[in-house]
Amino acid sequence: MEAFMSLGHGLTVAIQPMNLLFALIGVLLGTAVGVLPGIGPALTVALLLPITFKLDPAGSIIMFAGIYYGGMYGGSTTAILINTPGESASMATALEGNLMAKAGRGGPALATAAIGSFVAGTIATLGLTLLAPYLVDIAVSFGPEDYFALMCVAFVTVSATFGDSPVRGLTSLFIGLLLGLVGIDILSGQSRLSFGVPELYDNIEVTTLAVGLFAVGEALYVASRRHIHEEKLEAVRGSLWMTREDWKRSWKPWLRGTLYGFPIGALPAGGAEIPTFLSYATEKRLTKHPEDFGKGAIEGVAGPEAANNAAAAGTLVPLLTLGLPTSATAAMMLAGFQQYGLNPGPLLFADRPDLVWGLIASLFIANAMLLVLNLPLVGLWVRLLAIPQPWLYAGILVFATMGTIAANPSPVELMMLTVFGVLGFLMRRFDFPIAPVVVGLILGPVAESQLRRALSISLGDPMVLLQSPISATLLFIALVALVAPFFLKGLGRFKAVED
Amino acid sequence: MSTSSHRRIDAAGLVIALVLFVLAGLAWWDMTGLQILSPYDLGPKVMPIIVSAGLALLAVGNAVSAFRGDLPARDSLDWRPIILILGGLAALFVLIQIGGGFILGTALLFAATSTAFGRRAFLVDFLIGLALAVLVYLLFSKLLALSLPTGPLERLL
Repeated sequence: MEAFMSLGHGLTVAIQPMNLLFALIGVLLGTAVGVLPGIGPALTVALLLPITFKLDPAGSIIMFAGIYYGGMYGGSTTAILINTPGESASMATALEGNLMAKAGRGGPALATAAIGSFVAGTIATLGLTLLAPYLVDIAVSFGPEDYFALMCVAFVTVSATFGDSPVRGLTSLFIGLLLGLVGIDILSGQSRLSFGVPELYDNIEVTTLAVGLFAVGEALYVASRRHIHEEKLEAVRGSLWMTREDWKRSWKPWLRGTLYGFPIGALPAGGAEIPTFLSYATEKRLTKHPEDFGKGAIEGVAGPEAANNAAAAGTLVPLLTLGLPTSATAAMMLAGFQQYGLNPGPLLFADRPDLVWGLIASLFIANAMLLVLNLPLVGLWVRLLAIPQPWLYAGILVFATMGTIAANPSPVELMMLTVFGVLGFLMRRFDFPIAPVVVGLILGPVAESQLRRALSISLGDPMVLLQSPISATLLFIALVALVAPFFLKGLGRFKAVED
Repeated sequence: MSTSSHRRIDAAGLVIALVLFVLAGLAWWDMTGLQILSPYDLGPKVMPIIVSAGLALLAVGNAVSAFRGDLPARDSLDWRPIILILGGLAALFVLIQIGGGFILGTALLFAATSTAFGRRAFLVDFLIGLALAVLVYLLFSKLLALSLPTGPLERLL
């Protein structure tokens, strides 16, 4: 019941007019970038970091969360109408959703996605509300070695366990960790990997890395493959509303999708892709209309979309209670907290309950806003897809460079942006995942400070990591998660399972 | 997927492994120059050692993948748009360096990118880019009070 008291208090923060406005801006921006191919919520938060630096922390973090939720809603629209999922978590939705759109049932597909997202988002945010206080209680007893071990689990699951190739995923992670070393080490005051370049002393800007990898890298990659395939936008035909039959076929997949999405998102188990494909596979097996699968089955849209949104809400559990980001967007949100000197975790729940519970309460509001924005106004969002691709990407690059230079007005920053852009392009070309780099850069220094704290308490004895039962267990889990994909080849194939 | 043609040594994969190995060496070399302040633990050296060792291991892992030809298949590549976009970024860089300002540079970047994506109207796109740049410049500098590099155009505003 304590959770609901806190939530009630948070609600008073969330309904302050300024915070409502921030939530609205967030969900609008989030839906827009979710719909537009080429930009996702992680990039948007990255671009907004320098701009929001001077704003009120609660407001801008509420806005970031709105962007995250909105991005999940918007992504489904693109997946259904042009079969190019804006983010990987919408891939499963694209399978049946695009077929429905082609068959003239785009309206109900969008509707079941939006309502399913709302149902799942609300249940999962409720889960977050109930679960967070317990996790905070547990996390209070964590020592620095336990935190370090926990971050090792996150590093492994984000990069190695569920990707296509553990070697390539870990390579991405270590590039991020390497970039995280650059700059002046706060504890000893010495510069590392800076080579006398003054701009490198202040560490590598998260914004520059994320914008380079996501915006410039994506633009280079799409431009270089433009000759290979053209995208085709399906018009929304027929009624937008779901029939009684559609409702009957949708509600169970929504709930089942939520059951997959929330726990998998809440465990540091690497993003929203896995639950969406699990949900897709389950619905395909349980459906009473197996003949529809492959022709546009509504269950195949309802389940994965619910799983997708529930996982997004689930990701906030480790982020808020432990300071542990398990997706690129969550990592950017952590950077958003950090720029105000706030560190998510049990202490934040104790020190700034207004902020944490205000954020959680605002998630319920954002979800309701998104339902209203997406159901009747879906036609408006679809218009965004009519922006010609050359102008879209040119505009993205203009905003990307402006955001980067505004954050740090220096030509060196622009050069780094270009270098990271080329890196992002090469990583896409050679199929290295991008998210672990961002997670490595943001979480790496946090993990380092925990490790060094643990080592200085133990007077340099690394066995401290194995002497704490919590830390030893977590490191064992990390080891299993690291080794498993080499033996169980099937584990990494969730993504390709229904290809 | 394991056809015989797929199982050739991948030269690009070997280059990736080599680059990782160089990065591992760089991190190690940088680490050796750090001072340890406490007599008990390695302090600032701990993480560089872990990262360097990890990168060296992954260099080996990537080399093995390259020798086994395990890298994913790659599509053919169109270099022209890549050069155009990078050229646009370079033009922006040079313009800022010589004091040409931000607006002209981003307008050029806009036009170059849209050409890279197949548009055939450089002048029109340059003007659109100019308008967009002015708009964003005003938003950033006047509304949000963020400083952007200035040139002749910016001083007029």
